[in-house]
Amino acid sequence: MEAFIRPLATRPLLEARQQLVSRLLLVAASLFYLSPMYWMVVTALKSDQELAQFPPTLWPQELVWKNFDLATKTFPFLSYLGNTIFYAAFTVLGSVLSNFMIAYGFSRIKWPGRDLLFYPVVASIFIFIQFPVNPITMVPMFSLFAGLGLVNSFLPLILPAFLGNPFFIFLLRQFMLQIPSSLSEAARLDGASEFQIMTRVILPLTRPALVVVALLAGVNAWNDFLGPLIYLQNDKLYTLSLGLTFFKTMHRIQFNLMMAASCLVVVPVILVFLCFQRFFLEGVSLGSGK
Amino acid sequence: MNRSRKKIISADTRNLLLGLLFISPWIIGFFLFLVYPVLSNFHLGMTQYSGFGLPEWIGFANYLALFKDPLFWTSLYNTFYYVILAVPLGVIVAIGLAVAMNQKVREVAWYRAILYLPSVAPVFALSMMLIWLLNPRFGLFNYLLSWAHVPAINWLGDPHWSKLAIVLVAQFGAGHIALIFLAALRAIPPNLYDAASLDGANQWRKFCYITLPLLTPTILYDIIIGIGLGLQVFAPAYIMTEGGPLNSTMFTALYIYKNAFEYNQVGLAAAVSGILFIINATLAIVIFWSSRYWVNYQLE
Repeated sequence: MEAFIRPLATRPLLEARQQLVSRLLLVAASLFYLSPMYWMVVTALKSDQELAQFPPTLWPQELVWKNFDLATKTFPFLSYLGNTIFYAAFTVLGSVLSNFMIAYGFSRIKWPGRDLLFYPVVASIFIFIQFPVNPITMVPMFSLFAGLGLVNSFLPLILPAFLGNPFFIFLLRQFMLQIPSSLSEAARLDGASEFQIMTRVILPLTRPALVVVALLAGVNAWNDFLGPLIYLQNDKLYTLSLGLTFFKTMHRIQFNLMMAASCLVVVPVILVFLCFQRFFLEGVSLGSGK
Repeated sequence: MNRSRKKIISADTRNLLLGLLFISPWIIGFFLFLVYPVLSNFHLGMTQYSGFGLPEWIGFANYLALFKDPLFWTSLYNTFYYVILAVPLGVIVAIGLAVAMNQKVREVAWYRAILYLPSVAPVFALSMMLIWLLNPRFGLFNYLLSWAHVPAINWLGDPHWSKLAIVLVAQFGAGHIALIFLAALRAIPPNLYDAASLDGANQWRKFCYITLPLLTPTILYDIIIGIGLGLQVFAPAYIMTEGGPLNSTMFTALYIYKNAFEYNQVGLAAAVSGILFIINATLAIVIFWSSRYWVNYQLE
């Protein structure tokens, strides 16, 4: 009898203790995960004199907003911003179009060999997570595009987006498989063509997953460093990722300006994330195959 | 009878053609961006090629040169050092965070957002931030450590610490994996834990005998992805340390980049890329094959 009652009585206590430990761990982890961004913002707002102070101050004595102004004048911020947006916009367009169509072919039409052909898609996710530009394929791809005279153009960066991304194909296929096949059958009986079924029936239902793909593709392009580093050698074409490295090559690095510029690159991504958090989290669960 | 059979076959053929048509962009992309460069690495790897003019066939000379180049071996050593440290650490951190988030903490949405945030931020910008965060004199880390009387550490300038600093960058991405683990944790039926409680199992035993086995599919996924990312680690080392100090962060990807784009040794770089591909593919296959001995698929 006593053995039966005791677990019931101690359970709330145990749960409270577990919660406390979890909270402490999560708060500590959150502080750690926020520390780079905190230090970036604080440094971006410090004056040159305060930056040279030791020990460093944890909050600026006066907020020097003109650092942002100075930072954007140290390198051609607006033109690099334009290049980055150009790259991201076409990547989003290509990714949504191509991966929607490909995933449709892998999930909504039954044809012999379909599931067999899906194995290489999954396998390529595991080895080429950084797609399309990664250290394994960059040398031959660069030689190919250089031979075609396409270095110093955005084509080598944008073209791959129009030819499918294994991870996005996986994600969209996962989503489309959940749509009942009876919907397509009904439309087929009504005499709709495959293209009509795709655009009129499946497209509206797949919209949430397409938003996920658009967001991830846009953020990937914005965050891409290796691709622009290899293909964009003319400094007029630089993206923000390459522009930032300029601060590192200065004779005397001005860290407050470097961090102010970093802020300008990171803040848009963070805002997009905060506004569309639901979709990013949806992407995590779809991408893990759950 | 005959007519309807003919119709079925033609419908099958029609669907096959239609299916292939829809996936055709991927087929082109697969051959152009994956199959071609992987094969080309082995072809270019057998040539002397500066990036200009025509590649000149030299057989296995690049591979022999690599075999004798201590820097190539250093880069492999550094890369494996990084993978062996960063991948298990990533799994442990991610599981720890996921288990904590699963404890019915009310404000869990906040933690979820905060922990995922650095995964969305660009790695190049995170690397920039860490240059300053880890600055031996003016960085936040050493300042906080000084409160605990830890002497200043030259994170990026001391070969003993530099690799750890790069491993640290990778940990900022663990929040993303933690959310995948959290989804897996929530898929575990609660009645399994209730049954274990009735049998008198304590928390630790429940974790070892219920939670961990049911997380193994996610662990497998994380390890394979982690190995791929680890073997190809580039941006943090390129930005934070440029391979130094004393080549302590000269990873294989950086070695490929420098040879191809700074020393005009394109053939040699292709040879290394081919070797890196073989290492990556072999490890992925071996781990995938080993999964039958340690991964539990009962819930699927």
